[in-house]
Amino acid sequence: MDEPNAQNRHRMTGINRRHFLISTGATLASASISSLAVAQNTQTQAPRRGGTLNMLINPEPPVLVSIFQTTGPALVASSKVLEGLLAYDFDLKPKPQLATAWDVAQDGLKYTFTLRDNVKWHDGQPFTSADVAFSIELLKSVHPRGRSTFANVTRISTPDARTAVIELAKPAPYLLKALSAGESPMVPKHLYVSGDPLSNSHNNAPIGTGPFRFKSWTRGANIVYERNPDYWDAGKPYIDSLVLKVIPDAAARSAAFETGALDLGGENPVPLTDLPRLTQLPQLVTETRGYRFLEPLSEIDFNLDHPILKDLRVRQAIAHAINPQIVQKTIAYGYADISPTPITPASPYHDGKLAPYAFDTATADKLLDAAGYPRKNGGPRFQLTHDFLPYGDMYRRQADYVKSALARVGIEVTVRSQDLPSFLKRVYADRQFDFTSIGVNTLFDPSVGVQRLYWSKNIRLGVPFSNAPHYSSPEVDRLLESASIEADESKRVGLFQQFQQIVYRDLPILNLVAPRMVTLANRRVRNHTVSAQGLEGNLADVYLRV
Amino acid sequence: MTRRTRMAGIARRTVWQAVPTVFAIVVLNFFLLKLMPGDAADVLAGEAGSATVETLAALRAKFGLDQPLLHQLGSYLSHLAHFNLGYSPRYDAPVMQLILARLPNTLILMSSALAFAVVAGVVFGAIMAHWAGKWPDRVLSVLALLLYSTPGFWIGLLAIILFSVRLGWLPSGGDVTVGANLHGVAYAADVAKHALLPAATLATFFVAIYARLTRAAMLEVQRQDFVRTAHAKGLHPLRVSVRHVLRNALMPLTTMVGIHFGTLLGGAAVTETVFSWPGLGRLALDAVMARDFSVLLGVLLLSSMLVIIANLGIDLLQAWLDPRIT
Repeated sequence: MDEPNAQNRHRMTGINRRHFLISTGATLASASISSLAVAQNTQTQAPRRGGTLNMLINPEPPVLVSIFQTTGPALVASSKVLEGLLAYDFDLKPKPQLATAWDVAQDGLKYTFTLRDNVKWHDGQPFTSADVAFSIELLKSVHPRGRSTFANVTRISTPDARTAVIELAKPAPYLLKALSAGESPMVPKHLYVSGDPLSNSHNNAPIGTGPFRFKSWTRGANIVYERNPDYWDAGKPYIDSLVLKVIPDAAARSAAFETGALDLGGENPVPLTDLPRLTQLPQLVTETRGYRFLEPLSEIDFNLDHPILKDLRVRQAIAHAINPQIVQKTIAYGYADISPTPITPASPYHDGKLAPYAFDTATADKLLDAAGYPRKNGGPRFQLTHDFLPYGDMYRRQADYVKSALARVGIEVTVRSQDLPSFLKRVYADRQFDFTSIGVNTLFDPSVGVQRLYWSKNIRLGVPFSNAPHYSSPEVDRLLESASIEADESKRVGLFQQFQQIVYRDLPILNLVAPRMVTLANRRVRNHTVSAQGLEGNLADVYLRV
Repeated sequence: MTRRTRMAGIARRTVWQAVPTVFAIVVLNFFLLKLMPGDAADVLAGEAGSATVETLAALRAKFGLDQPLLHQLGSYLSHLAHFNLGYSPRYDAPVMQLILARLPNTLILMSSALAFAVVAGVVFGAIMAHWAGKWPDRVLSVLALLLYSTPGFWIGLLAIILFSVRLGWLPSGGDVTVGANLHGVAYAADVAKHALLPAATLATFFVAIYARLTRAAMLEVQRQDFVRTAHAKGLHPLRVSVRHVLRNALMPLTTMVGIHFGTLLGGAAVTETVFSWPGLGRLALDAVMARDFSVLLGVLLLSSMLVIIANLGIDLLQAWLDPRIT
């Protein structure tokens, strides 16, 4: 099978979907994790047909179509019914899904896709290039990320029913990685062409080309999909039905895995504190692959308008006082890689030469003294309030660690908790914060996932996960803007490395670790993670062992 | 005055009082909810992890959140006057439809929990009063204290671990077996099986209260003259306890049950979460977290109406129990 390559002119037609599952050490985590991550790749038996897979969905998604909603559960629910042009292996190399071949022009300004033949929507209509053109136009106008991903698209032409050509004004080197089912779903033009796509009734009862057909959605309880017998990949999917269960309570989720009411759950389905106990059970295994499209990063954002924190020496002192190894081992229970830069080690653009700020309280003390904040006869140097993102329990624990770590260098920290809307309003709209423990998904490409955090043009009041510190550097802006349209891969690596060095030095954000998300599965569930999309893939390959 | 005209008078009065009460509840709730920081667009954008000024503005325009506050209230009230509870931005569905889908589940859970709590509470209370100071009283007192002081979610989790994980007798969550396609008796049995643990969990706290309340009320009534008369007539002690003492002791209990009807709706949110029970309490909780105000207002309105109806029922019940009430 040819390895497709975005930079060079190439043509790929190979379809060998069963050739998968080669454990890729590069995307895997540290040794402590890979020992836990029992790879499910010993494929000696043939897949078995039949059965019902009970999978967790948490929290319940607002809609079942991810064309304008990018919340994780919506992507999980959407990708079973609505497919994308491409799928991806664990290294983010594209594989065929609805497109069987693709061709990128040398200058990066023209993408030609050859579409799969004889694909039908679940209502019987044929899937054609008109659907592709319509979907990409729609993504460009309503999808939160699609607006920027497809911003350079000037024209989409459809020479025939099986060919779609995308033309760009400027290169978009991340475009070929953005065509997965979850990120850029293909929706049926004949059902979406009239009316407001955002309130289309099919958003809650999707019609797609995928291996599963939508059956029912009982809000607050479950979403039921049934096998599509006319799926284009004959013989698949293997299971008869797929039930996505809504279980809001963490302890109840753990119990459901124990009783067998849940077979599969992704994105840390149970608290990390429960994992050691559950993985002791003979029927449960973990998997840490399949999150390359999310690639979360845990960080501390400083408010650069704060009178004390705007001083670089204070931020450096805080960096020296916090030990990323403790965050990795104690806060994340070992399920994390240390990442002192915003582009994580899993990315080809990561600058491995940058080491975390040395954990050294003496240096921190010196810097704080130099900044003009001496210890006041045994009392603290100054007080700060620390907010944390109320999502899961990791950031709350990280905030507690920040409090105790900074107490040692004479900074008195008060940890403040609030619910998600209050937190987002405080940090991004009202800016009533000092510094905050936060997690962001850096996604499949730095231009899509990282640029928004540092780019001065993304200082946008009220927009969650924009440039929270209000960091502004003309040099960083130039590097990010150049990298986003650089078609030459090695030049792009260079631009991103320069960018990482500058933000490492300027320290608007202290990057700590890249948490490795965990999938928990019953041993009878096979082939649930076969691509970089993980459980956001279409699950056509999954089967249940007897 | 006949019993019928007396009860009709009570019903008429309660209904008239309900109209301004409901209006005040709606307006008050509306402003209270608007005091919460953040709106539905913030949450959707935050959960999505990626948003732009344009997507946020589009969301706010779609939900009508860009309108002035009084304008929003006015349009909500005008919708309400047309018996329209509005539209949920988060679920992309009419609020009425969302609530009606959850209502049967909540009513099943509440009524079974309340029935269980009243029956068990009255029986325990009667036993305790009948043998006041003796060992059945002591044992049940300790039990009631234990049930009263243990948080419901903890009892629920322990029940799941014992009956679902260890013993495997009952399902750990949900309201019905998914995809089983059951009908008739089999369906009812399936729902009952799923409802047993959450209903029992929800009831524990109230069993304790009703038992203590019944005991205290019965002991008080036992000292009254008419009880002595009944005994003097030579009636069987059990008959005196049930017909004369218990009936008169039920007055404070019915008052409390009426009040608890509202509390149960709130308490149900926790139980519903632990048992993944798709009821109104969880819908309300999710709506708070998502700042889905139209859903929350709808649930609150419906809850307050349920409480008013329950209180009307209690008023009528008390009028029937005690002919002196007008």
